[in-house]
Amino acid sequence: MFTSDRIAGSALVLLAVVTAWETRRLPLGTLHNPGPAYMPLLLALILGSLGLVVALRGGGSPALGALRWPEAGHAVAILAGCAFAALTLERLGYRLTVFVVLAFLLGFVERKRPAVVAAVALGLSFSSYFLFSNLLRVPLPRGPWGL
Amino acid sequence: MVETLQNLHLGFSIALTPSVLLYAFAGCVIGTLVGMLPGVGPLAGISLLLPATFGLNATTAIVLLAGIYYGAMYGGSTTSILMRIPGEAASVMTCIDGYEMTKKGRAGPALAIAAVGSYIAGTLSVVGLMFLAPPLASFALRFGPPEYSALLILGLLVLAYMSSGSMPKALVMAALGLLLGMIGIDTMTGFFRFHYGLVELGDGIGVVPVAVGLFGISEILLTAGQPVPPAVHKPRLRELLPSRQEWRDSAAPIGRGTILGFLIGIIPGSAHIISSFVSYALERRLSKRPERFGHGAVEGVAGPESANNSATSGAFVPMLALGVPSGPIPAVMMAAMMVHGISPGPLLIKQQPELFWGFIASMYVGNVVLLILNLPLVGLFVNLLRIPYPFLYPAILAFCVLGVYAVNQSVVDIWIMTAMGALGYLLRKFDFETAPIVLGLVLAPMLEMSFRQSLAMSSGSYAIFFNRPIAATMLFVAVALMLLSLRPLISRGKDWRRSVGLEEKRALREENP
Repeated sequence: MFTSDRIAGSALVLLAVVTAWETRRLPLGTLHNPGPAYMPLLLALILGSLGLVVALRGGGSPALGALRWPEAGHAVAILAGCAFAALTLERLGYRLTVFVVLAFLLGFVERKRPAVVAAVALGLSFSSYFLFSNLLRVPLPRGPWGL
Repeated sequence: MVETLQNLHLGFSIALTPSVLLYAFAGCVIGTLVGMLPGVGPLAGISLLLPATFGLNATTAIVLLAGIYYGAMYGGSTTSILMRIPGEAASVMTCIDGYEMTKKGRAGPALAIAAVGSYIAGTLSVVGLMFLAPPLASFALRFGPPEYSALLILGLLVLAYMSSGSMPKALVMAALGLLLGMIGIDTMTGFFRFHYGLVELGDGIGVVPVAVGLFGISEILLTAGQPVPPAVHKPRLRELLPSRQEWRDSAAPIGRGTILGFLIGIIPGSAHIISSFVSYALERRLSKRPERFGHGAVEGVAGPESANNSATSGAFVPMLALGVPSGPIPAVMMAAMMVHGISPGPLLIKQQPELFWGFIASMYVGNVVLLILNLPLVGLFVNLLRIPYPFLYPAILAFCVLGVYAVNQSVVDIWIMTAMGALGYLLRKFDFETAPIVLGLVLAPMLEMSFRQSLAMSSGSYAIFFNRPIAATMLFVAVALMLLSLRPLISRGKDWRRSVGLEEKRALREENP
């Protein structure tokens, strides 16, 4: 049966195998004089072993189908907002990027009224920039037209 | 003793300067707000405000960040008592009896007992920190690479052992964190490991994007789609005074919570969270009428709230004296100190006495500020909770992006934060703890360096870890812990952690996702 612990444990074993495979590019050294691949390989072995223990003992954990994901739609949208911020922050600047992310989350995900969305997104993006960049001297990127 | 008092005098002369006082006050206010807001725990709060301290000197920066930490401990209790929503994980136990007291019209006394208990515990535990850290630092001067290797291994095992879930699951998360800590340039050979063409990974993965992703973003992902929180009860100032009986019932739990919290705080792990669970279990066990617990027993508020505040100071002992963080929050605090060119460890107290003692004195001041802030201004702070979550979480997200980017001026950190947010969301769905990942990430370079230095010292002989008494003792304790943890694994019998209430955490989390 596919239980949550069995799936998670198997994923961790897979991660350990991939990591161990990746260490082949680095010198392993010896048991008495470890090289740069020694510790990652050792940790991959520990990760894999413990992942196996989690998977083997996971028979009593909840079935994968029993897990509820009511917030998954919101979660995907929020992660998309983060990815957009990472892609555009240095191109569009802090204020424009944050404005777009807030407008997307408030208008598209939360379905708030356009006037409210515009006011909150504009107010928050510009006031947080003023607080951190101007008052606290935290360097934040500017975009086109100095925004 | 005389020397300690002289040093404390030096500390107060620094802590009472207007600029330090102002930052202690600001830290407490921000921390209280951070503690109240679901989705921004003390770890994410400290991480996000780290860039704002870059322009400050080291003392004011660390005073501000410490203020946020213990402010969050106070703030978390307010939402727990008034709304049954723990602002941060350490306040989960306060929800049970705190909210029951609110339903019975005793919200004011519950808040007052939580605030007074926190104040007493916070102040007394700073005394403990003041007396314990300097001798421990002197002792730690005897530590070489083998002792540090043994200490770090022991720390990770204790963290896993003290976790509320299963030990293999906690250990596998620590291993994952250690593995993440392997990314970057190997300092002993100069090899660039697991970089995949990203030059930004040369210094490794930063603790701030990982902490904000695993704690802040994952909390938003889990909470954003949930129904609207319940209505907020707003107590008036004159309703705050507890009855004589409530004071009497709270006195002993506050004392016990203070000692217990401080001791647990020193041990590696999410001390402030664990201490509140253990304290609640202890009070219920010692009570003559345990059936009152869960139905508005004031001891169920006084004990855990004192314990989690006391643990906050306890957690600073290994960080300041040994340079080894005992949990994810001290790890971020340590990173903040390093940004300001300070290396916490045995030499800190001798080389930077004004920073250490200024920090200690500011904690006394901070506790007074919090007591003054928390009670009269509770009505004002509660208004923040009236902001609907659909408006609150986009704002928190914007601050996460800002805070993470500002540390290194790198969008790679925002990608790491996003990936860690997704990972944290999945791990919490699958009932894994994420704190060991952060601690593993911070300890990995230290562990690898001390391990390889030890072998270099002994010409490759592993006997160096067993020939030196301090290292051997610590490794012996680590092995004993491993064996103890194997017992329930094999026999599937009753784990000791269940008996001190750590298992309740999961039950409550399921009830209050």
